[in-house]
Amino acid sequence: MAEPNLLILAAGVFAILAVASLIGFILKRTISWQKPHAVIDNLNARIKAWWVLVALMLLAFLFGKAGVVLLFAFASFTALREFMTLTPTRRGDHYALAASFFIFLPAQYALVLADQYGIYSVLIPVYAFLALPIIAAFRAETTRYMERVAQVQWALMICVFCLSHVPAILNLDIPGFEGGNLLLIAFLIIVVQASDVLQYVCGKLFGRRKLAPNLSPSKTWEGLIGGVGLATLLGTGLWWLTPFTPLVALAMAALIAIMGFFGGLVMSAIKRDRGVKDWGQMIEGHGGVLDRIDSLVFAAPIFFHLTRFFFSVS
Amino acid sequence: MSDFPPAASGFMVDATTTALILAARVATGVRAEWRGCDPTTHRRIYYANHVSHGDFVLLWSVLPPALRRVTRPVAAADYWRATRMRRYISEEVFRAVLIERNRTEETPDPITLMADALSGGASLILFPEGTRNTGDERLLPFKSGIYRLAEKRPEIECVPVWIDNLNRVLPKGEIVPVPLLCTVTFGAPVKLGEGEEKQAFLERARAALLATAPTNGETQKDG
Repeated sequence: MAEPNLLILAAGVFAILAVASLIGFILKRTISWQKPHAVIDNLNARIKAWWVLVALMLLAFLFGKAGVVLLFAFASFTALREFMTLTPTRRGDHYALAASFFIFLPAQYALVLADQYGIYSVLIPVYAFLALPIIAAFRAETTRYMERVAQVQWALMICVFCLSHVPAILNLDIPGFEGGNLLLIAFLIIVVQASDVLQYVCGKLFGRRKLAPNLSPSKTWEGLIGGVGLATLLGTGLWWLTPFTPLVALAMAALIAIMGFFGGLVMSAIKRDRGVKDWGQMIEGHGGVLDRIDSLVFAAPIFFHLTRFFFSVS
Repeated sequence: MSDFPPAASGFMVDATTTALILAARVATGVRAEWRGCDPTTHRRIYYANHVSHGDFVLLWSVLPPALRRVTRPVAAADYWRATRMRRYISEEVFRAVLIERNRTEETPDPITLMADALSGGASLILFPEGTRNTGDERLLPFKSGIYRLAEKRPEIECVPVWIDNLNRVLPKGEIVPVPLLCTVTFGAPVKLGEGEEKQAFLERARAALLATAPTNGETQKDG
């Protein structure tokens, strides 16, 4: 059941990308041929990056669970790297940082791979939460101690714990939906990312009223309503991928699109505080990996737990 | 050492070069930002802040290959000649200009060595703080070497290069590096002005290097 649906989905996504590339080319051709144009060039860079991201996702899907776990472990590593680079840590945090990168991150994903829900759901909120301040205390540096420990913990929660709930979806045991969990991941990612893209498009086309000028100057009410609304419609239309009824698919899509929006807003607030526009430069046109996945980070745990609570038997 | 050695060649040297660059990029995700000048093969003096032994490897690894082939770091002879491995890396791979820190009558004048390397067509990488900065201060006062070199070769531009975050990747005394992202920022060149005094030039060069440091997402320097 999973395979043909996944193929249809891949074909659909590639068709949309092809249309987007064509639109990008026409815009470039008619408005700023052979001249630089900030918005159009950025749009085209984003579309090009999307091809790569979609190809990477599909490649991971081909390798099944191990592929998806590895892809998100890598995304977590890069996100944590971007986050910690922009976080003012001190010398005394060195061991805590090393433990985050080299112990907690790999352990979290290994446990997801091994389907150990009882441990991976508490590894970072409980074990890391207690271990990190102990490790930091050993270094006997008290300057901004509380603040520093909290920052490292928060980084692990966002970049590792929350994001690991995407591959963890593969561990859900939904009666009558055996072998279809990859499609559930596809549903989550497509709705959340489509919401991001549609918010951007609606904001660029119709954006008038700024929503949170202090946090993110590009977010508008028109973009939010248009983007979340259209993504919800898209998610409802994709109900056949999921174990949900169309009505439940609508509710889920709306919820993850809204969580995704708030994820972007929260991460924007942090970027503003740090005085940067983007988390990194790894993805051309988008910024860093964290810029691309901030919405997914906020949507994934909620999606995972609601699905687990209402649909899964494990 | 005064004439410019031929560009690095041979399988071992190439392999070592590639391995070092790859290691530097993987460990630090290093990215070059050419803010104040372009990466051209003009002869230049790149002068940078010094917080770690890895500094010049990082700076060297972000140079485009054509520039890398003509750019030589200035390094301490006592350290880089101490073992066969270090001697191989410094002389064959980096083709460093090795200078004696503890000078005697017989040791050649370091400024002459550097000026000769420039005359031989090379660009130089040097660290005018003279020693690794492990304290709280962002940048130590400059030693006079860069001024004396500029006096001998006033036509050559000095490019300030700020190496950011490497001190957080591997603080002094730590064994395990943390994979934070590093940047290498190239600022606007300075030249010795006509009749410019030593202290004035050193302070201007130091200010130019501080101005090159990225202000975004500034991380605290600590000891």
